[in-house]
Amino acid sequence: MTAAVSRANSVLLRRLLLVSLGMFGFGFALVPLYDVLCDVTGLNRGDVQALAKNTQVDYSRVVGVEMVASVPDSLPVRLIAPNKALQAHPGELVQTEYEVENLSDRVLVTQAIPSYSPQLAAKYFKKIECFCFREQVLQPHEKRKLPVMFVLDKETPKDLTWLALSYTMFESPKAAR
Amino acid sequence: MEAHATEHGHGAPKGITRWLTTTNHKDIGTMYLWFAAAMFLFAGLMAMAIRAELFEPGMQIMSPDYFNQLTTLHGLIMVFGAIMPAMAGFANWQIPMMIGAPDMAFPRMNNWSFWILPAAAILLVLSMVLPGGAVATGWTLYPPLYMQGGISYDLTIFAVHILGASSIMASLNIITTILNMRAPGMTLMKMPLFVWTWLITAFLLIAVMPVLAGAVTMLLTDRNFGTHFFDAAGGGDPVLFQHVFWFFGHPEVYILILPAFGIVSQIIPTFSRKPLFGYASMVYATASIAILSFFVWAHHMFTVGMPAVGQLYFMYATMLIAVPTGVKVFNWVATMWKGSLTFETPMLFAVGFVSMFTIGGFTGLVLAMAPIDIQMQDTYYVVAHFHYVLVSGALFAIFAGVYYWLPKWTGHMYNETLGKWHFWLSMISFNVLFFPQHFLGMAGMPRRIPDYALQFAEFNQISSIGGFVFGASQILMLIVIVQCIRGGKKAEAVVWEDAKGLEWTVPSPPPYHTFETAPEVK
Repeated sequence: MTAAVSRANSVLLRRLLLVSLGMFGFGFALVPLYDVLCDVTGLNRGDVQALAKNTQVDYSRVVGVEMVASVPDSLPVRLIAPNKALQAHPGELVQTEYEVENLSDRVLVTQAIPSYSPQLAAKYFKKIECFCFREQVLQPHEKRKLPVMFVLDKETPKDLTWLALSYTMFESPKAAR
Repeated sequence: MEAHATEHGHGAPKGITRWLTTTNHKDIGTMYLWFAAAMFLFAGLMAMAIRAELFEPGMQIMSPDYFNQLTTLHGLIMVFGAIMPAMAGFANWQIPMMIGAPDMAFPRMNNWSFWILPAAAILLVLSMVLPGGAVATGWTLYPPLYMQGGISYDLTIFAVHILGASSIMASLNIITTILNMRAPGMTLMKMPLFVWTWLITAFLLIAVMPVLAGAVTMLLTDRNFGTHFFDAAGGGDPVLFQHVFWFFGHPEVYILILPAFGIVSQIIPTFSRKPLFGYASMVYATASIAILSFFVWAHHMFTVGMPAVGQLYFMYATMLIAVPTGVKVFNWVATMWKGSLTFETPMLFAVGFVSMFTIGGFTGLVLAMAPIDIQMQDTYYVVAHFHYVLVSGALFAIFAGVYYWLPKWTGHMYNETLGKWHFWLSMISFNVLFFPQHFLGMAGMPRRIPDYALQFAEFNQISSIGGFVFGASQILMLIVIVQCIRGGKKAEAVVWEDAKGLEWTVPSPPPYHTFETAPEVK
């Protein structure tokens, strides 16, 4: 190796060493950079549910929901809605409940049928979970809470500000008397 | 340019001190290769034990914790102890001979960068017998699990530091040699492709090895000195480690494969008796792969809770890498197209490399898709993918390179029949070993577990049988190499018909010092 080459080699070596030292520092610089990135994007910052949050809720308006229940005189059952009314944003997942009580001494197999007022509200009232989806078997004098989960469609017309949800409970025709 | 004898005499000194004190690039290359071979067999034995445990469901030969230690050490040693030193061995032997330089730029540093490697290996091996056993976190060393281990976890951090220092020193040497010590007339765009790929690999190494060193240093201080980089209790975040680790880790996989591309790009033209198709595009493709590798790291962590935009970006960026890689594969095929092909062992391994690596590349594309990756991550599909690119990719290229240059290095021809047996046994058993793992992964078998559900039994059994055959076949290679060193048909200077390149202008074996007077390249 000539002196010129070995001098050039040392110069290059020093530069390359600086690069690797710089990259060692960069590894540590990633720590504050990561924090900054988390702050900017809001990731990892307390609200871990930020991503899961439903962005489809229309917070600009509310729709009132009145809950009513009726039972034919022939059926010895009491069905009531403890919360008579509630307010829901379109797109919001709402949970509420009814209460049922068997007033007789025999086992009752019942089926609840929903209806809406005004009728067109049925199109926008999306039930996720409802006791009306299946028959309810009530032991003698059993008292029980019945859940309802629903979402009001985001497309609910703006002039629909109130609706009534009504359940009528019948004895199931299939039930043995 | 004035010719100048190096500080040593003209022949090789005798005895053990020759190897301890040598500054000769050929000696150091030889030591690197033997070190890699020893580590390959050692970590290979671990793989045999892993496959034996997985031969049938249930726990048979080892505890789950020991199983995890084996998978971890198998990964760490194969990556840092076998593949990387083997590639460094090729670099040491071949780069000076290919560019017409008398030796590496910094021969003493070269000696040092090899001789710290055994120290790191000893630390890793020693950690197996310490209380608590070796590291059992997987080669990625993720916290918070990493925070909980014993003394061997600190030893492993130290071993990674040493391995990193060794690679950085080797890279500084390689870059300086290539940029400053080429023979007159050897312009950059006339360099053999192996030299090009190593130049780019060396730049990758000096850019990312220090980042890994930083990451494990943070682990070390978190473990011992009360910092909280990754400790959630102190305001840190374990996900940060994954980002830092994979910022190193993705370029690292190209560090393993780019020199393999280089070796194959030397071999295929020789046995096709045609110049390499699309030389310039090969150079640009290598450089683009290297640059892209810095911007895709988070595809290793699609499930950590990234916004969809992040997943989309990393998904598309990762798929972009298929373009330069495709350019390379097509160029190799085009080089073979209408060539007068012969299939000696190096060519067999090179062709095996091209076809098998392409399969590994395709499964990589499958995994690049975020929605699919969320299903496949941490299953045997991933295991199959990275073994296709690392075993039939990097390792087959190393085999190809060893067979290709062994006659040059030793002056003797190796046993071609045994070489071909080695290839066919490896090729077939490799596929028996790893192909069924795709099915296992798609069926949902998780990686890094010592036991599995009954429905995975058949494929695991097939895979294990392939594994044992593959392991045994490698002993054949050892026999071929030892035979070749001891004697055999005399090799000519141009070992392979009409092979091109400066290394074929020196006799086989080359004298201890070559190109003390720089050759003229036209």
